[in-house]
Amino acid sequence: MAWFKTQKKPLTSEGRRDLPADVFKKCDGCGEILYRERLVRNLHVCPDCGNHFRMPAACYVELLTDPGSFEETGADLVSDDPLNFADLKPYPTRLRTAKEKTGRNEAVVTGRARIEGIPFALAVMDFAFIGGSMGSVVGEKIARAGRDALERATGLVVVSASGGARMMEGIFSLMQMAKTSAVLARLHERGLPYVSILTHPTTGGVTASYAMLGDANLAEPGALIGFAGPRVIEETIKQELPQGFQSAEFLEEHGMVDRVVDRRQMKASVATLLRHMQAGWEGRD
Amino acid sequence: MAAHAPFERHIVEMENQISKLRELASKGGVDMSRELWELVAKLDTLRRDTYRNLDAMEQVQVARHAGRPYTLDYVRGIFTEWFELKGDRRFRNDEAIVGGWARLDGRSVMVIGHQKGKDMKENLRRNFGMPHPEGYRKALRLMKTAAKFGRPVVTLVDTPGAYPGFGAEERGQAEAIATNLREMARLRTPTVCVVIGEGGSGGALALGVTDRILVMEHAIYSVISPEGCAAILWRSADHRNEAARALRLTSSDLLSLGVADEVVPEPPGGAHTNPEAAMTAVAEALTRNLSEIDGADPEELVARRWAKYEAMGAWQETAGAGGAS
Repeated sequence: MAWFKTQKKPLTSEGRRDLPADVFKKCDGCGEILYRERLVRNLHVCPDCGNHFRMPAACYVELLTDPGSFEETGADLVSDDPLNFADLKPYPTRLRTAKEKTGRNEAVVTGRARIEGIPFALAVMDFAFIGGSMGSVVGEKIARAGRDALERATGLVVVSASGGARMMEGIFSLMQMAKTSAVLARLHERGLPYVSILTHPTTGGVTASYAMLGDANLAEPGALIGFAGPRVIEETIKQELPQGFQSAEFLEEHGMVDRVVDRRQMKASVATLLRHMQAGWEGRD
Repeated sequence: MAAHAPFERHIVEMENQISKLRELASKGGVDMSRELWELVAKLDTLRRDTYRNLDAMEQVQVARHAGRPYTLDYVRGIFTEWFELKGDRRFRNDEAIVGGWARLDGRSVMVIGHQKGKDMKENLRRNFGMPHPEGYRKALRLMKTAAKFGRPVVTLVDTPGAYPGFGAEERGQAEAIATNLREMARLRTPTVCVVIGEGGSGGALALGVTDRILVMEHAIYSVISPEGCAAILWRSADHRNEAARALRLTSSDLLSLGVADEVVPEPPGGAHTNPEAAMTAVAEALTRNLSEIDGADPEELVARRWAKYEAMGAWQETAGAGGAS
């Protein structure tokens, strides 16, 4: 048997030194193995290729707000189980698991804060909580953030990351689309600015309500954004979708978002927009 | 006649029996009027009992029944002076949504509704009642026209959902729906929606943010189809019965959850067995609801609409600190 036909011995992980699983992380963008601490310091963006990893909601709050300025609101709001919903698991069990996993009560963090000195109301969705799905509590918290902006005459910023409406709350979850849009109608009429930030992924009922209604819509690079999910579309049209369909860049090209913004420039971009739109702040920098 | 649902089997069998008996009677000259009369009475009871005890998935099948009256049937059946208005002035005329001026009980209104096809050819043209963004943009254009002239808007909801296709995404399906939600919330004119068949998720809601939400007895309204829900949560569409039950999508569910303001009764056996009676009931409910809100101060109307939608949902506030002001 020729030497080049001999079977190679596959590499095994035997004898590998055990490292804690979270010291390194492989980048999905370029395959580079990244030292996790460096990744976190770089706002969960790959320093080599700029790939945006999903960032925990708390980190996004920190990213957008002036140090020490964030006051959380509505943290004690919890989902009811209005339909007594059970699929393979009862809904309350899913909620409990999500709470344990994320350490928060629901799929959105809301509050008031300052950004480069400008007061604003903020909501950041947490994809780790049942896929960032929107049920009654998410809708109520976004609505309250909107009302907070109305009361204090400030802008509103919402960072979206969601698979859409939460099926386990049935028609109530659908109605959250109407509810959040109604509050945005009030902001719109009062001339208060609303900036929507779309992160990976934002689909379904969240895209089809508040995420698309910004006076400015900003999207993170590479984020999947759409109404229907890519698999549903492929099943419908019986065709494979082209590379990059429903990416942030695709939406920018098709006029659905104002700009794709690198996370590392997000705070400065939002602050600039609020200075342009929020009454009383145009002269400051 | 349209194909029947499985639970209608006994009804269809008895209907066939009756028509055979009629045929026999007319051919043979035998007087069978008593037997016939008894059978017809039995059929009536059977129909009533069957339709009173439908389970959730059977309700879904009735809501999707091809024999139900669609938007244009209502337009022809209960409105007069119809004048269709087409196109979104941006891209094209989406025939999955129709709209235009019409008159109901002397009142000029803008009627906008999803339109399914009656046969395959029409369904291809109307995309099975699944709109593209331009359909929603046309709807919004017509709503604004109505508001401009102080005329009420009547929407008729009957769609499996917004179309999940390539062009729909490319042209901003999500943006079109979202914009309708916001603009309907602030429309300065009375608005009433009737779910006449299938209320399929965001694609239905995009015509549904109205002062009054009426749901026909055998119509459904849901965040996702039972099939879609089963495929995701049960990992198989075979569990559509369980999903349909769990979603609480029937008219009586919607009424008890406080989403529907009123359930419009249908003739025994459903709207498809007696479309005229079903349409008359809708006309009555629409006329009554419109006269209740027509003439109200538009600002007050909008303020009430905001309060209505902002109250929707179910949550708890645990005791202690926190809570927004």
